[in-house]
Amino acid sequence: MQKQLKELALSAKDKPAPYGLDIDISGFDAKPQRHMYQEDLSKLGDEERKAIEGAGLNLTCEGRSGSYVLMDRSMIHCNIVQPGVEVMDIADAIKKSQNTAGYMWRLVSPDADKYTSNAYLNPPQGYFIHILPGTKALYPVQACLYMGHDRMVQYVHNVVVAEEGAELDIITGCTTGSSLHSGLHVGISEFYVKKGAKVTFTMIHNWSEEVMVRPRTAVLVEESGTFISNYVSMHKVKSVQMYPVAQMKGENSTARFSSILVAPSLSDLDIGAKVFLQAKGARAEIISRAISTGGSIMARGCLIGEVPEVKAHLECRGLLLSEDGLIHAIPELVGKKAGVDLSHEAAVGKIAQDEIEYLMARGISESEATSIIVRGFLNVEIEGLSASLRSEIDKAVEESEKDLF
Amino acid sequence: MLNIENLSVKVGGREVLKNINLTINPGEIHILFGPNGAGKTSLLMTLMGFQGYHVTSGLIILDGEDITRLPVNERAKRGLGISFQRPPTIRGLKTAQLLDICNQHGQDIEKLSYDLALQDFMDRDINYGFSGGEIKRSEMLQLMLQKPSVALLDEPESGVDLENIVILGEAINRLLNKIIPHNAIQSHKEIRELRKESGLIITHTGHILNYIEADIGHVLYNGKLSCMGNPREILHCLEEIGYEECIRCRSN
Ligand SMILES: Nc1ncnc2c1ncn2[C@@H]1O[C@H](COP(=O)(O)OP(=O)(O)OP(=O)(O)O)[C@@H](O)[C@H]1O
Ligand SMILES: [Mg+2]
Repeated sequence: MQKQLKELALSAKDKPAPYGLDIDISGFDAKPQRHMYQEDLSKLGDEERKAIEGAGLNLTCEGRSGSYVLMDRSMIHCNIVQPGVEVMDIADAIKKSQNTAGYMWRLVSPDADKYTSNAYLNPPQGYFIHILPGTKALYPVQACLYMGHDRMVQYVHNVVVAEEGAELDIITGCTTGSSLHSGLHVGISEFYVKKGAKVTFTMIHNWSEEVMVRPRTAVLVEESGTFISNYVSMHKVKSVQMYPVAQMKGENSTARFSSILVAPSLSDLDIGAKVFLQAKGARAEIISRAISTGGSIMARGCLIGEVPEVKAHLECRGLLLSEDGLIHAIPELVGKKAGVDLSHEAAVGKIAQDEIEYLMARGISESEATSIIVRGFLNVEIEGLSASLRSEIDKAVEESEKDLF
Repeated sequence: MLNIENLSVKVGGREVLKNINLTINPGEIHILFGPNGAGKTSLLMTLMGFQGYHVTSGLIILDGEDITRLPVNERAKRGLGISFQRPPTIRGLKTAQLLDICNQHGQDIEKLSYDLALQDFMDRDINYGFSGGEIKRSEMLQLMLQKPSVALLDEPESGVDLENIVILGEAINRLLNKIIPHNAIQSHKEIRELRKESGLIITHTGHILNYIEADIGHVLYNGKLSCMGNPREILHCLEEIGYEECIRCRSN
């Protein structure tokens, strides 16, 4: 098995991805310096602390069921607060149990493209989060992926397994140090949501202007399981391309992907989600809100109904706040059986003048009115979100809004 | 006091208002009648300063100041307020948030929202899925918080049921400060003279006349204003002989 995977990986070393600009991986440094383990995150240097906090991490680890911090290629912190919630480095998890390896590369294939291939061929780094049957995590698990070494490539492989009836929120913040000018982040993530389990995965991207990012995410949802993904990217970043895929294998499984995207000038986002509805009663929703203040956004979404009695909706709304931006919405619906119920709505435009003037008639200035409308636009209703997570997302949105106007 | 002098306006390249003259003194309520497409909404939108309503000649003077070229919010600050015939929906903006924006005078929003039977709307996106009557009440609530000195009301009662029209009539009277306290010491006449809030109200049916004491009526026909007079008499005339005949006889 391992041998076959390696062969697959080797065969795809230079294979471009179907979407996004093609990156020359050899231009990046794959062996940055190692970092010491930090028992107390508040003892980190100023710069690192600021960046990590900015990505939504709570340094005191208060109000968290567990924490994980990866700096460059070293895990510098890991702790667990709640029994039944396991958080560890993926390399340690493999050493500890052979089962872990069985979860790796099952949903994402090493030969998908050059990024998955090179991730496979480099030593694994990343988190393994395992939540035991019936355990309901009281607080979210937080993770931070930090790049500080200039011109580095960071390969990350995360695996999340939620056993039957387990419930867990994960917040992952991705960020860079100020001495990093350019860099490449490749992140493989595989999620297993077992019968009746629920995983809410919130990812906040806080990269910098010259960073390129290639997440490769896949999700398997079993009977009555729920997977909710919330993605926020509002900062400058050179290029992010990702197209996570969910397989709704179990009856009455649910998936929801929400993205809040802002592309400042020179930023290029190519973001989507693809859901295969494979069992009766499966439901899915893909929602995105895209704002261009000069950058380019591809907002993809694809729903594939493979069996009858499934229902899914795709909603993509884009707002152009600048003359030179670009938003390209590509919603796709594929029905393979009668009895699928798939729908989409997409709209791209600028802020409606009558909405601005409606608010101005109540006494506020044009720029205040604009920012209120934009805030409303980004205020995606996400059902089933815990209050703490909601406030986490609101905070990320609010922080970045300051730079919008 | 609002003075409209020789105002002509183009919308979408077409002249929709022709040489309008109108003075609204403090405390007065004016009623604007006119058939569909006559330019009534255009007049209100022009007074408020909306884009797309091009003033080709004339002036709008509010309390002695020429506001013809001021932006919408500056007019609002100077005391002009409008309730829209068809306000836009703003997704993600809660009604409660908009009411906070309107509430420049620190009034009790909760109490007012009860008075207008809108207490259950606070968490809804503004105007999203609101029924016709709900929109009218929400517009009126926003205005009551804003407390304009000149209120422009675009068909405040159209499509409103019999119970809600009572609520709206009461709201308009409060907005225009027309409610006379039971224990007033001064005479009604004296009280009325003290009140400065004025209004310009568009109506088709005239039902609202049963709930408020309007002073002067006008008919806008083909972009021209005519027939200044008692609003009830004008309404009666319109009902009897129609717009065209009514204008012909009154302008002679
Ligand atoms: N943006 C526009 N482009 C072209 N014509 C317009 C535009 N806006 C309004 N008009 C026209 O101007 C005229 C006056 O419209 P307005 O809305 O002021 O009428 P109204 O008197 O309020 O009518 P109603 O009683 O139906 O509300 C109408 O013929 C209308 O079609
Ligand atoms: Mg009208």
